[in-house]
Amino acid sequence: MEDIKVFGLWSSPFSQRVVWTLKLKGVSYEYYDEDLANKSNLLLQYNPIYKKVPVLVHNGKPISESMVIVQYIDETWPQIPLLPQDAYERAKARFWSKFIEEKSMQMMEFFLYDGERQERAIKETLDILRVIENESGLSEKMFICGNTIGLADIALGWVAHTLPVMEEIVGVKFITIDAFPHLHSWVKNFLEIPVIKNNLPPHEKLVEYFRERRKVFLAMASHHHHH
Amino acid sequence: MATNDLKLLGGWFSPFACRVQIALSIKGLDYENIVENLNLKSDLLLQSNPTYKKIPVLIHGEKTICESAIIVQYIDEVWKNNGTSSILPSNAYDKAIARFWVSYIDDKFFNSLRYGLFAQDDESKKKYFEELEEVLLKLEEVFNELSEGKEFFGGENIGFIDVAFGCYLSWLRVKEKFTGTKKFDEAKNPGLVKWAEAFSAHPAVKGILPETDKLVEYAIALAQRLAAAAAADAAPPK
Repeated sequence: MEDIKVFGLWSSPFSQRVVWTLKLKGVSYEYYDEDLANKSNLLLQYNPIYKKVPVLVHNGKPISESMVIVQYIDETWPQIPLLPQDAYERAKARFWSKFIEEKSMQMMEFFLYDGERQERAIKETLDILRVIENESGLSEKMFICGNTIGLADIALGWVAHTLPVMEEIVGVKFITIDAFPHLHSWVKNFLEIPVIKNNLPPHEKLVEYFRERRKVFLAMASHHHHH
Repeated sequence: MATNDLKLLGGWFSPFACRVQIALSIKGLDYENIVENLNLKSDLLLQSNPTYKKIPVLIHGEKTICESAIIVQYIDEVWKNNGTSSILPSNAYDKAIARFWVSYIDDKFFNSLRYGLFAQDDESKKKYFEELEEVLLKLEEVFNELSEGKEFFGGENIGFIDVAFGCYLSWLRVKEKFTGTKKFDEAKNPGLVKWAEAFSAHPAVKGILPETDKLVEYAIALAQRLAAAAAADAAPPK
């Protein structure tokens, strides 16, 4: 009898990676949604380093960092593999997964600011998306590094449904069919996967949540400006 | 000519390139070692790693593999059954723990070390080196837990964390020369002190980590270039 617990946050892109992966593989788990202002004792015990979600606890053993968790799940439950069999193809998939993972926070920065700083952040997001559009092989395959959903797609997944929420609030649109034809298709293909489609946080709730977060971020940003 | 058709685009000064060299050494593999000049990167490097334009890059026949931790895993997987020891642990949980700590080291340890070394003002230096001390306290705990009384993070054999962390030892020795403080505090990090000796003496590592004096010279030149670049950025436009 497997004991699998997930500590997450319904609105967090990083948490979602773990939930999608478990659902894709048909693995059952207990889910605990964390109130980050008031972290549970269990969370602090299982992730003392970063004190963050997501955390996966399998038979009492904790693992943190979303993409480390995703690889662990993939290796432990091999059905619906997220990585190819071939070592070289695996290295490429890991490369893109790492690139996306590293750049994700930066891609979201436009949401934290306004004015000139936001302009710069918007440009950076576009630059990163351009690299993924042109260099990750999306022109040849349906998904990043393959024709089925993989590690890098899980890493990028937040772009398919959380990014549009941020765009809606701020009033920008990144992945247009003209500017990013491959990513545009990728978003459609990603959202059509039944497990993904059925495991997205409700759009309106997410908009409300991120609208509040944006107010907090803008207040923090202006506080640092010392006029 | 290398029998496995392996080329490494690297540099003796780069801890990341050293990781790949050590991995190849553990696996007993011959390769052509190409030292890149980072001020004048080769066409081969730019073509092989268009996304980052960085070393190391492993070229295996027609295949190019980038990012040191990914290259090490690739080497470990391709030459899994050639009679040499494995670099990554065999079970999924231990692998996850190793990947977590390598990621932590490349983020927290690496950033406090390099920002500390190249910070322009004393206050920043102090802050980064204090952070570094905290990170080392944590890594001492991790070492004690994972080594289970053996010599390495990987136990009896050097493993993924050893290779990743060990390649920073030369840069820690540079810090020693720059600041006059020992790379590991013997009172606070006795485990890491012993580990560093064992790692440096390991047959797969010998000859790969650069000599401290040579790296100090390199670091001084790099610091000067960084300072000049910072001054150029700060200078008011004419």
